[in-house]
Amino acid sequence: MSASSADTLRRVVIVGASAAGLTAAETLRRSGHTGTITLIGDEPAAPYDRPPLSKEILNGAWGPDRLPLRTEADLDALGLDTRYGRTAASLDRVARTVLLSDGTEVPYDGLIVATGVRPRRLPGAPAHTLRTLDDALALKGRLGPGRSLAVVGAGFLGAEAAAVAADLGTRVTLLEPASVPLAHAIGEDIGRVLAQAHLDHGVALRTGTGVTEVVSGGVRLDDGSVAEADTVLVAIGSRPNTEWLTGSGLTLDDGLVCDEFCAAAPGVYGAGDVARWHNPLFGTSMRVEHRTNAAEQGMAAARNLLGARQPFAPVPYFWSDQYDMKIRAYGYLRGHDEVRVVEGSLTDRKFLAVYRTGERLSGVLAIGMPPKSIRPWQRSIAAGAPWGGALSALAPSAEATA
Amino acid sequence: MNLKVEVDVPKCVASGQCVMLAPEVFDQRDDDGMVILLDDTPPAELHDAVRESATVCPAAAIRLAES
Repeated sequence: MSASSADTLRRVVIVGASAAGLTAAETLRRSGHTGTITLIGDEPAAPYDRPPLSKEILNGAWGPDRLPLRTEADLDALGLDTRYGRTAASLDRVARTVLLSDGTEVPYDGLIVATGVRPRRLPGAPAHTLRTLDDALALKGRLGPGRSLAVVGAGFLGAEAAAVAADLGTRVTLLEPASVPLAHAIGEDIGRVLAQAHLDHGVALRTGTGVTEVVSGGVRLDDGSVAEADTVLVAIGSRPNTEWLTGSGLTLDDGLVCDEFCAAAPGVYGAGDVARWHNPLFGTSMRVEHRTNAAEQGMAAARNLLGARQPFAPVPYFWSDQYDMKIRAYGYLRGHDEVRVVEGSLTDRKFLAVYRTGERLSGVLAIGMPPKSIRPWQRSIAAGAPWGGALSALAPSAEATA
Repeated sequence: MNLKVEVDVPKCVASGQCVMLAPEVFDQRDDDGMVILLDDTPPAELHDAVRESATVCPAAAIRLAES
């Protein structure tokens, strides 16, 4: 950290008290920031973990007591000024204050925006969404034998919820407008593998099926018919929480736009699901809604706020648990040009596939493969390896069949 | 300063972040990638890497006690 930034940075305000915000706070303290850290969160609880909501919380394996990201003692040791149960209403960058929903103004010298995303909804009758602990507990109470659930959207969240619901004996209909679930994210062939897993577990997967609204006792499909279900979960993606920044002069474009240092403006940084930043490793602007990125970017934003000036150039990582499958992927798979299975087989649902974007290796996705077979690919992605070179070094037989 | 490391294996999501940051302290099981703790009282020169591992662990599965 530079002396000048430490001298002028007495008060840091972090808006958003989930993984990114918490990690930023922890990193500030560890890096020697001794001034005030105000942590503002819209939920009443201390920071908790979200990935288990659609997995262990929904299936009942864990109680909510497993979710806190840090113990009370660890949080106390950080010496935070916490403002839970409040949202940020607006930002005044001239006065350098954040106005909260309760009318209080919080002045800052440095600001970290980590306000995350909220679920998109459908018009019509109320339906479940899945973002918070309360959401997960409410949905959990609707699952089990004799119950029926319509899940709108077969992305990762919808697929995980459908898998848990089916495992609990719920009659599940999974509705997806695309012809193959997740094809845009992970490719058609692997999307079909995941689709088949739903069918094998008795889920009524209906692809090519759009939903126009939630109605009493189900959802209305784009052909006008109604798919009946006692309970509806809408899992059609999310929207970044940036409305409070409107008029602040910050650039908003599907997220808070940041540079490669996660800076949105001098003294203002973005982290986590809400931040769209330029990732120099992939040479593109991205907004990543994955748990690992929240922590890594919270750390990077905090360090750069303190003057580190290190570009944030991570290899994104995500995982998803569906039925007995553990899906793990490194890289930036979106917009890929080619997918190639280099180990195992799709039909066994045990394989390692790699992704090409342009002439470089951009990603790796594995199901049921040991970590030691994935890691060399992860390293090659981090090194910006060209496709041909990575294949010949790591999977010579796959290259030969090209 | 002593740093005592604990891992909560059922919480682990096998991201391997800790293994990349502190391979002297963490490893992963071959079959499912769950964390293996190699050294629960790592030497001082590894403390920063271990703290960073605990901070970025996407499952909050690494607990540290400093004394």
